[in-house]
Amino acid sequence: MALIELSDIHKVYDMGEIEVRALNGVDLTIAQGEYLSIMGASGSGKSTLMNLLGCLDTPSQGSYVLNGVAVQELSDEELAGIRNKEIGFVFQTFNLLSRTSALANVELPLIYAGTRRAQRKKRAREVLEIVGLGDRVDHSPNELSGGQRQRVAIARALVNDPSILLADEPTGNLDSKTSEEIIELFDALHNAGNTVILVTHEGDIAAHTQRQIILRDGKVVEDRRQGQAA
Amino acid sequence: MIFFENFAVALRALRTNLMRSSLTMLGIVIATAGVIAVVSIVQGMQSMIVGQLQDIGTTLISVFPQNPQQGPGIVAKQVKLTWQDGEAILEQVPGIKEITPVIGGSTQLKYRDRQHTPQMVLGSFGNWPEVFNHAVGSGRFFSSFDVQRRRKVAVIGLKVVEELRLGQNPIGKEILVGNLRATVVGIMEERGQNLGQNQDDFVFLPFDTALALFGRSAGDQIQIRLQTESAEVVDQVVDGIKGVLRQRHSIGEDEDDDFVVFKQDQLISVFSQILGGITAVIGSIAAIALLVGGIGIMNIMLVSVTERTREIGVRKAVGARRQDILIQFLIEAVVLCLIGGLIGVALGYAAGYAMVALIPGDLPPPHVPVLWIIISFAFVTLIGVVFGIYPAGRAAKLDPIDALRYE
Ligand SMILES: Nc1ncnc2c1ncn2[C@@H]1O[C@H](COP(=O)(O)OP(=O)(O)OP(=O)(O)O)[C@@H](O)[C@H]1O
Ligand SMILES: [Mg+2]
Repeated sequence: MALIELSDIHKVYDMGEIEVRALNGVDLTIAQGEYLSIMGASGSGKSTLMNLLGCLDTPSQGSYVLNGVAVQELSDEELAGIRNKEIGFVFQTFNLLSRTSALANVELPLIYAGTRRAQRKKRAREVLEIVGLGDRVDHSPNELSGGQRQRVAIARALVNDPSILLADEPTGNLDSKTSEEIIELFDALHNAGNTVILVTHEGDIAAHTQRQIILRDGKVVEDRRQGQAA
Repeated sequence: MIFFENFAVALRALRTNLMRSSLTMLGIVIATAGVIAVVSIVQGMQSMIVGQLQDIGTTLISVFPQNPQQGPGIVAKQVKLTWQDGEAILEQVPGIKEITPVIGGSTQLKYRDRQHTPQMVLGSFGNWPEVFNHAVGSGRFFSSFDVQRRRKVAVIGLKVVEELRLGQNPIGKEILVGNLRATVVGIMEERGQNLGQNQDDFVFLPFDTALALFGRSAGDQIQIRLQTESAEVVDQVVDGIKGVLRQRHSIGEDEDDDFVVFKQDQLISVFSQILGGITAVIGSIAAIALLVGGIGIMNIMLVSVTERTREIGVRKAVGARRQDILIQFLIEAVVLCLIGGLIGVALGYAAGYAMVALIPGDLPPPHVPVLWIIISFAFVTLIGVVFGIYPAGRAAKLDPIDALRYE
């Protein structure tokens, strides 16, 4: 069974005089455990699509079935639950709480999952360790470099063991060496059986994934599968 | 579980914005401090007055002459209350232990070259110490014999001794009360302030002696004070007195009394009512001040919600439900109010003490009943909820993606 099924998804921003069609009829099926990258020119609708996939936004038209459930029929509370437990989201602009420590930022999803404090701290530390920030847990995002912030954001996305990881240009702000480290993290997650979807401009990042989708003007114009050398 | 987490989140947010939090609280702090300060003083007075009235005893009954409510055009007749009334009461009403007539006036005292006008010169029977629970310190009180013989003796308070500089041994000295030469036979025990009067600034004369001093007509409008045998019979005695006086004064069925009978606990409740009224007025002013403070809180919370739109978006993106955000901001508002209230109560108490210390005169120590503190906190919490709910609701309703995009 498909994990994600999008059919004829439209997203239209009504800007008064003009309508912006950010997504213009997207059909897409993604299976459990896939490793997929989305590419396309700036403004082609990548972030819009990711937000829909992450249950942060709702389409103007079309249906989104996640794990067999029609998302548009879910209540606010159920959507919050899905964002909390099923989906890890790494934003293009990090979206960290700037005045709280890296640890507190990573703890955030666990708070809303109802995890006990001690357990929460332990788990958050663990994940920060995994992304290589074990020595920066008490720093606030203001005191971290761009790459380090990116890792905090990734740690936060991973902390609740989501089945789907969505990353919007996770290496956009990083040098190639750091990018490589981060992408290896995603590889590992994929190998552990998670579904990983990332947006990127860079071909060599996309080369890590098994499937590449290219968007243009809010439409899927290419859907390539390339088996990685096993 | 999540509730406590939201509580912690709210506290952290307040700490992060310490300056703004403190300024927001200011309105609440000032309002609460104001109430507690004034209430502490008023309540201090109240407990003092009630205490003093109880000292005098709950079995004390006072009878005063009083003009009935007059309609326009009706000429008031001279209202009389005489000792013949007192004697009739004593004869006809059972349950009376001690009874005395009281007349009083303001008269100048002289001793050698010294002059002093005491608070009151009073005439009574020899049982005044029993009726008023006020013992003689040295010497003796005058006797019924002194009263009958209209002897020129006086019992005085310590303040009078001091003012006239009567020295170590005032007993036996002769002082001039108005134009009456009286020998001091006793000094009353020190009593201090009571109901705003210096209880040591009095001169007591035998009733008939005082009548001679103030003139016969003073005997037409006397007061009568009496002690009942027990607290249980007070109401019976009051009714008895009313019956006797109405009959003696030939007051018709539909006519008003031309006298008033006061029980001590009535006096207590009159004072309590007055002070309670003051407290209520202050309470309502404070309520308005707190409302204004609450509006301030709402204002700042609205600003805070707008400023923290992205934070709300982030929280929602990682799984916060509407109710989590609602509770977080509501708790922030309530905690602000509660901390404000706490500081206010402390400051108010301190201000109460400072005012008592700075205002000259014998003000009683401030006193705030626990109930008032509980009411203050309950009210302040209510303010937090009422004025926090709207901003918190706005925060909770934000759409996650809109909130994240907010600049
Ligand atoms: N909130 C919005 N209101 C109006 N138009 C929007 C909004 N969000 C996105 N758009 C428009 O939708 C289109 C797609 O935007 P989107 O952010 O998805 O692009 P993108 O592919 O992620 O670009 P980039 O690579 O630069 O991040 C753009 O033309 C953009 O102007
Ligand atoms: Mg984008």
